[in-house]
Amino acid sequence: MEILGHLLDGFAIAFEFQNLLLVIIGVTVGLFVGAMPGLGSVNGVAILLPVTFAVPPTGAIIFLAAIYYGAMYGGAISSIMLGIPGASTAVATTFDGRPLALQGKADHALIAAATASFAGGTISVILFTLFAPPLAAVALAFGSPEIFALMMLAFATFIGLGSDDIPKTIFSICIGLVLSTVGYDVISGEPRLLFLDITGFLHGINFLVLAIGIYGIGEMLWTIETSQGKMTVSQATLSISRFFDGMRKLTGSIKTMLMGSFLGYFVGILPAAGATPGSLMAYGVAKTMAKDPASYGKGNVDGVVAPEAANNAASTGSMLPMITLGIPGSPTTAILLGGMVIWGLEPGPRMFIEQTEFVWGLIGSLYVANLFSVIINLAFIPVFLWVLRLPFTILAPMIFVACVIGGFAPIQDMHDVWLMLIFGVVGYLMRKLDYPMAPAVLAIVLGPLAEPALRQSLLISDGSFAIFFERPISGGIMAVTIFVFVLPIYRAIRTRLRGSSAGGAA
Amino acid sequence: MKSLKVSGIGALAVALAFAVAGVSVSKDATAAWEPKKPVEFVIMAGKGGGADKMARLMQSVIEKHKFSSKPMTPINKPGGSGAEALIHLKQASDPDHTIMVTLNSFYTTPLRQEKLKIDPLSYTPIARMALDTFLLWVHKDSGIKNVDEFVKAAKSSGNKWIMAGTGKGQEDQLLTDFLNSAYDLDMKYVPFKGGGRVAKELAGKHANSTVNNPSEQLGFYQAGDTVPIAAFTPDRLPMFKDSPTFKELGKDYVYFMQRSVVGAPGMSKEAAAYYQNVFKQVYDSAEWQKYMKDKSLQGEYITGGDLQAFWKKEFENHRQMLTKMGEM
Repeated sequence: MEILGHLLDGFAIAFEFQNLLLVIIGVTVGLFVGAMPGLGSVNGVAILLPVTFAVPPTGAIIFLAAIYYGAMYGGAISSIMLGIPGASTAVATTFDGRPLALQGKADHALIAAATASFAGGTISVILFTLFAPPLAAVALAFGSPEIFALMMLAFATFIGLGSDDIPKTIFSICIGLVLSTVGYDVISGEPRLLFLDITGFLHGINFLVLAIGIYGIGEMLWTIETSQGKMTVSQATLSISRFFDGMRKLTGSIKTMLMGSFLGYFVGILPAAGATPGSLMAYGVAKTMAKDPASYGKGNVDGVVAPEAANNAASTGSMLPMITLGIPGSPTTAILLGGMVIWGLEPGPRMFIEQTEFVWGLIGSLYVANLFSVIINLAFIPVFLWVLRLPFTILAPMIFVACVIGGFAPIQDMHDVWLMLIFGVVGYLMRKLDYPMAPAVLAIVLGPLAEPALRQSLLISDGSFAIFFERPISGGIMAVTIFVFVLPIYRAIRTRLRGSSAGGAA
Repeated sequence: MKSLKVSGIGALAVALAFAVAGVSVSKDATAAWEPKKPVEFVIMAGKGGGADKMARLMQSVIEKHKFSSKPMTPINKPGGSGAEALIHLKQASDPDHTIMVTLNSFYTTPLRQEKLKIDPLSYTPIARMALDTFLLWVHKDSGIKNVDEFVKAAKSSGNKWIMAGTGKGQEDQLLTDFLNSAYDLDMKYVPFKGGGRVAKELAGKHANSTVNNPSEQLGFYQAGDTVPIAAFTPDRLPMFKDSPTFKELGKDYVYFMQRSVVGAPGMSKEAAAYYQNVFKQVYDSAEWQKYMKDKSLQGEYITGGDLQAFWKKEFENHRQMLTKMGEM
């Protein structure tokens, strides 16, 4: 009951005129920042942080959280429309969002993305409201062995997919892992794998550079080849009846939506993980659990629903360790944390007790931000669809420019733009050879989390791998990982045995 | 021919920078020069870390009080433990509009990565904004209350005692090495990315001790999860009156982390004077003074020749420490 009282106070704060206005401006700005390739919530929040001095801390955090939220919705837009991930968190949304758009179902994909985002956001805020302190304890219980076990589970969900060619998937993962080790190594304190000693490699290879290269440039080359430049990307239109039709079809995705929301929230609260691994894992799990995993990557609405529910849930989740532990769960919350320090607040375990107005005002505004995000997003869908009806000869240069900006924006180094173009050509060639590229992207995201966790664990255990199985949490996760990994192999053997016995009979 | 000319100008500019360092700057000079475009404000660390938070605080104070006529645009360059940022400044095409927030990797990175050929003393001294302090922390549940108990516990655990810290060869490891040799311990050093993560490892009992800055442990300390048992400062810190210094305990060891602003090598005398004045105003602002007090930061504002002399001394100290550790 105490929580309910606090929550009502929070809503009262969120509905103050100034704060409500901040939420609406914030989600709109966030929507467009998120939709711009390369510009994600991190950039939006970082750029606008100094502006927030004009308002009190509660208003400031409400504004920035609204941008964060809006960007999570917006990221899906260019993923679906252009096939370029609008933000790192929307990489997984391209896997099925793009094929849907090419089939003329962009409106369904966009509606699914917005609705899933709303579900993910709302479920996670409710979880946040009810279980913040106990979940903070869970986040604290995650040490290096647990983080490594979780990363292994993420990889297993991607390898364990019966429909893709397993050796090619593993090859793709290895490429991503090698690329992820370039740069500075925190354990040895040395730079490594600096190709030709080029200084640009010192900051490592940002996975957005790889993702935009493969999905933006590579995809564009592919479309030019297959269409000879004579095509319009999609003839999608939106009418009232199509809108309700899209909403109705989503009822089949409720299970995926719930899974994505819970998984995303949980991954989000773990320090250092954040929304990008959360959305990739949700995609992997959705595909593994699906009755028809083969339809994923070819335009399955569930493939949009899972990552979109997860990335919104994770963005709420990552605020939990930020407020209760003072540890950011994602790069964006790291900036928010910096903001809280500037506003003179001390994030930490006492936040919930001492700064009730701030904390509950934020929570209240998250509910409100969610509602406005989904309304504004749905209202803009016809505008987004108009972009898709442009002829490809106009759209292609626009995509190219967007890719270059997207490659440059995160670190502001031309080195990354060249690298992105190279990845684009390589991605196009690998696609011609029928290599799945999603596992490479997954590996470059998870590699920098998994590798230090592995080495830290082994340092602690003097090189014994038993550390991953002795500890209850990591042992449990490892057991699930092995199960997920073995399941498709078992399935494959069974089908092969049946196939050969059938062949023998004929 | 052209490149020769350019490098000639560069050398001249470096010489000028050295000259600036020796001369104290009068206020009149500041009126003459103003930035002509937004100033690139490089942060030698990743987003969200201690150095980043501080840089963004400086930026917002400058913006709020309009200390600078052109905006400062922060860019994070954490690559290679600051190597990327140092190279970026060294190669800056417009040294008059390129400044950087730096810390002790300003010394350790050039020392450990000799092939970068970076001389910290060639950078333009602008301002030392603060000295961050270090304390030795343990978890409350360990029951350890003072250094004697800490030494006893760590000794009996041998190399099973885990000291979590930031990257290898950086500040935290220098302090761990000091503790190991001063008290004849064999603690195991496990590096993590960033001081915030290190603090969390201790609060979650994944590590036995840390040597965090106050700002990194403050949240857990105030919640009563972690305990500071001694400080690496010359005098006791006002915020942690019950924690003795190692100096009091008979070990003559003091260590600080600089929080300074430097200009690109080759910055003109006039530009340097301008930024020195801007950051002096930031240092004197109520916001910065409050931040220093809240985060238990020490140190006077120093600039010009004083700052250069400070760097020279610290650079030599770090060279000796790293040589002793076998990291060079």
